[in-house]
Amino acid sequence: MSKEPVAVVGIGQTKHVAARRDVSIAGLVREAARRALNDAELTYANIDAVVIGKAPDFFEGVMMPELYLADALGAVGKPMLRVHTAGSVGGSTALVAANLVAARVHGTVLTLAFEKQSESNAMWGLSLPIPFQQPLLAGAGGFFAPHVRAYMRRSGAPDTVGSLVAYKDRRNALKNPYAHLHEHDITLEKVQASPMLWDPIRYSETCPSSDGACAMVLTDRAGAARSPRPPAWMLGGAMRSEPTLFAGKDFVSPQAGKDCAADVYRQARIADPRREIDAVEMYVPFSWYEPMWLENLGFAAEGEGWKLTESGVTELDGELPVNMSGGVLSTNPIGASGMIRFAEAALQVRGQAGEHQVPDAHRVLGHAYGGGSQFFSMWLVGDRPPQT
Amino acid sequence: MPEVLKAPLVVEFPFTRSLGPVQSAFLTGLRERVVLGVRTGDGRVLVPPMEYDPVTAEDLRDLVEVAPTGTVTTWAWNPAPRRGQPLATPFAWALVRLDGADTALLHALDAPGPDAVRTGMRVRVRWAAERTGAITDIACFEPYAGPDLDGREGPAAVTSEPRPHDGQFADPVTGIVAEARLDYVYSPGRAQSAHIHALADRRTVGERCPECHKVYVPPRGACPTCGVATTEQVEVGPRGTVTTYCIVNIKAKNLDIEVPYVYAHIALDGAGLALHGRIGGIPYDQVRMGLRVEPVWTDDARFPDHYRPTGEPDADYDTFKELL
Ligand SMILES: [Zn+2]
Repeated sequence: MSKEPVAVVGIGQTKHVAARRDVSIAGLVREAARRALNDAELTYANIDAVVIGKAPDFFEGVMMPELYLADALGAVGKPMLRVHTAGSVGGSTALVAANLVAARVHGTVLTLAFEKQSESNAMWGLSLPIPFQQPLLAGAGGFFAPHVRAYMRRSGAPDTVGSLVAYKDRRNALKNPYAHLHEHDITLEKVQASPMLWDPIRYSETCPSSDGACAMVLTDRAGAARSPRPPAWMLGGAMRSEPTLFAGKDFVSPQAGKDCAADVYRQARIADPRREIDAVEMYVPFSWYEPMWLENLGFAAEGEGWKLTESGVTELDGELPVNMSGGVLSTNPIGASGMIRFAEAALQVRGQAGEHQVPDAHRVLGHAYGGGSQFFSMWLVGDRPPQT
Repeated sequence: MPEVLKAPLVVEFPFTRSLGPVQSAFLTGLRERVVLGVRTGDGRVLVPPMEYDPVTAEDLRDLVEVAPTGTVTTWAWNPAPRRGQPLATPFAWALVRLDGADTALLHALDAPGPDAVRTGMRVRVRWAAERTGAITDIACFEPYAGPDLDGREGPAAVTSEPRPHDGQFADPVTGIVAEARLDYVYSPGRAQSAHIHALADRRTVGERCPECHKVYVPPRGACPTCGVATTEQVEVGPRGTVTTYCIVNIKAKNLDIEVPYVYAHIALDGAGLALHGRIGGIPYDQVRMGLRVEPVWTDDARFPDHYRPTGEPDADYDTFKELL
């Protein structure tokens, strides 16, 4: 028996900001859930199960969100599951929800992810002083910057590429009312003049710290038929993991990322992602990860990803727009960031992305990763149901 | 076999929490010696109040004031109070249904001993002398034999009606600090302990995988790629190659290192993967991939203070490109 096709019929997110002191965590998550339900014209009574994800526990100190949030999310008397895969969690949470529908376990599933970075300190959570271990000597960006330098050495990319990505994403964010950073006076010169924090990473090439939540309603073919607005259909979805550190790990282009993308393309019968996929929303916490992931995901040959960025292919009006929402560089409630990528892909194929809509977006990839390139999750969504 | 190391590890952080409208009213009320509950869609009164209806998931905003007296619905004796608990002397953890509420609140009950506590006993709030808008504004509950709200004596059933309350107070509490603290005993295990013991002699010892023959430094006792135990100890270094790096220009809060400095991945000769260290003894802007370095130790430190150039010619990129 073939899998049940999975449709996205509701999408909601909060206006992402530095601090939402006016709401509890429950209030924040519920705001996104309410918007997703309203989009689908459904109520909690129509939901069969709830799947929730969030950042690692030490990032924000909420150890059992599934317990704390059951009332707020209408999960009483229903299955409620929690997913936990570091920074990729928003993506893998959506995929767990999607798989419940695909397996015909549940008809309609509400999936959510959130983080209130203002109530905690993610950097503290990342750098607990472990006895006998050498402390990390470099701060937040110091983990990533050497990998960026390795990419530059390997690809021969000119050192301006990172600033082009940041300039593009921040301009895209101006068209997205939910994005955290709205830098109306952004210029390429300003990006390039911003302080070099962890050379080769500049301040303007780093992500902000945000409070926000994202929610989606996923449903089966019958649910999609009742949807008041066009659904997005999942054409392929996959997760992969590998150790954070091992001999032979390629931080520039991790094998697990390549394998994950290949699995998605196999499911969706994509032979040439560069030609057959119309746009990509990918997890880029530091600007240089755009060209790195373009290669890892098969949109460019090894060492060639930066050429797509430099030539404008990844601009909002380019041949392969990347991070139409403004990306993680403009909005980063870590626990929700993966789901925001997935949701943006779905918004695009539904034609509901507003000012940052890509014309004729028939197939869009959503991508998330986390845990020091330990976890990957991706889905490809389309405006037509999968061929069965 | 050398001793396996152990050390205490305390993880603690003062998380902050925005309260939202219902918890804000509840905690501000406690500061004003008022206990608030909330009425659900089916007419029950929840104390402590919830933001959302557990049956219908609707917003709950219909606040009511309940009495500071109530009835113990169940309890457990706590003979040895621990750090951070409400009372320093033995007490009962009790679920107390306040008069007017349909649900019970968990708190401490001050009683001379377990024989003095029973389900159904009447208790009342003992307010803290200094109140800030926190659950600790209720210092604890205490036995209560006085008249209940209806003027009757003793533990008679109380039917006092909760009174509507608008939840408005001057200078409301909108956030709290939720201190989290976890106490562990941490052990790095056999393999890392051996590695750390060797560091005391300024030797860097890893372990070789019997299948892929890569040398793990620091060793973890198993190869994550092959999934087999590693036992063969191999000394690596002391010299190595800078495989990649960044220049840190921003001072990290917990580090006392003058910026700018170079934070590098260093593949010690013979190691299957790079470890991390600071590069010194060379201007930061002259560090490069392929630079040959050696550790510089200081007297009291477990790890090398930094690595400095050896003066050897740079390593060829092809020799370390798999070790970035
Ligand atoms: Zn091995």
